[in-house]
Amino acid sequence: MIIEIAVSALLMVGSFFMLVGAIGLARLPDFFMRLHAPTKATTLGVGSMLLASMLYSLQDGPSLHELLIVLFLFLTAPVSAHLLAQAALKLKLRSRAPMPGDFPRLPD
Amino acid sequence: MKRWLPFPLLSAVLAAGWLALVGEASIAHLLLGGLLALAIPLVAAPFLDHLQHVVAPGAAVRLLFLLIRDIVLANIAVARLVLGPEARLRPAFVSVPLALSHPQSIALLASIITMTPGTVSADLAPDRRTLLVHALDCADPARLVADIKRRYEQPLLEIFGC
Amino acid sequence: MLASATNIALGAIGLAFVLCLLRLARGPSAADRILALDTLYINAVALLIVLGIRMASTFYFEAALLIALMGFVATVALARYLAHGNVMD
Repeated sequence: MIIEIAVSALLMVGSFFMLVGAIGLARLPDFFMRLHAPTKATTLGVGSMLLASMLYSLQDGPSLHELLIVLFLFLTAPVSAHLLAQAALKLKLRSRAPMPGDFPRLPD
Repeated sequence: MKRWLPFPLLSAVLAAGWLALVGEASIAHLLLGGLLALAIPLVAAPFLDHLQHVVAPGAAVRLLFLLIRDIVLANIAVARLVLGPEARLRPAFVSVPLALSHPQSIALLASIITMTPGTVSADLAPDRRTLLVHALDCADPARLVADIKRRYEQPLLEIFGC
Repeated sequence: MLASATNIALGAIGLAFVLCLLRLARGPSAADRILALDTLYINAVALLIVLGIRMASTFYFEAALLIALMGFVATVALARYLAHGNVMD
C-alpha cells in the first residue's frame, strides 16, 4: 500500500517534469533558451519514473535494470546538450542573449 | 597484476554493470562479466592513458550529494521559469575563466554546469581557459561566475588534487 | 490508484509527444529539430517505463534501454554533422 502511494507520487512528479520539458521546448523563444528545458527537466522526469519502476518491482526481488538507464541518461544528457550548443554556435543561430566580448572564438 | 588489470575500478564497474544488465548472478554470467571486465579495459587502454586520479574521495562524495540537491532544486526553479511569463526571462551568455586545466576535470565541470541551475555550457575556448555558459535567467553575471567557481570548480580542484 | 496514476502519466507523456512534434515541425533551424528528436527519444523511454509498470512486465525495459542508446548515438551524430560537416574524422 505504502509502496503503491510512493510509486504513484513518483509517477506524478515524473510526468510533471516531462511535460515541463516539452512545454519549454515548444514555447521558449530562441534555441539556447529551448536547450535548457529538455536537457534538465526530462532527465529528472525520467529519473523519477525509473525510481517509481524500481520501487514497484521491489516487491518481487530487487532490480538494478532501471539504475542503468538513469546512469546512462545522466551521463549522456550533458554530452548531447553540449554538442547541440556547439552546432547552434556554428550555425550562428539568433539568440536573445548577446555573446560576451571577452570569449575567444576561432575565426571560421 | 598491473599488466592484466590496469584499471581495477573500471573493471569492477563493468562487471557490476553486466550483472545489473542481465539481472541474474549465475555462474555463467559471473564468468562472462569477469571476462568483459578483463577484456574491455585492455582494448580501451590507449584512450584511458591520461586519466586523473581521485585523491580526496570524501570531497567527491560531498560533491555528489551537493549535486543531487542542486539538480532537484534547479529543476523546480527551471520549471517555474518555463511556466512563468516568458518576457520576464533574462537570458545571458557568460564566460567562466577556468582554474582547472586537465581535460577530464574540464569535461566534468562542463557536464555539471549543464545539469544544474538554469545553465548550459555551450563552448570551450580553443586555449581551454574559458568556458562559455548560457544562463536561462541571469540578473548578475559576475555572481553566476563566482557561484559556479565556488560550488563546483573548487570541489573538483580538491578531488583531483591540482 | 496505481492504475489512474499510470493513466495520468501516459496522458502527460502523450501531450509531451505532441509538443515535441510541434517543435519538430516548426523548426526553425536544424538544431531545433534535433533537440526535438532528442526529447522525443527520452519521452519514448519514459513511455515504455510507465507501460512496464502498468503491465507489470520487465520486457519493456530492454526496449527502453535500446531507445536510450540509439537516441544518444543519433543525437551525437546529427549534432556533429551540423557542427563539423562530418560524423567522424
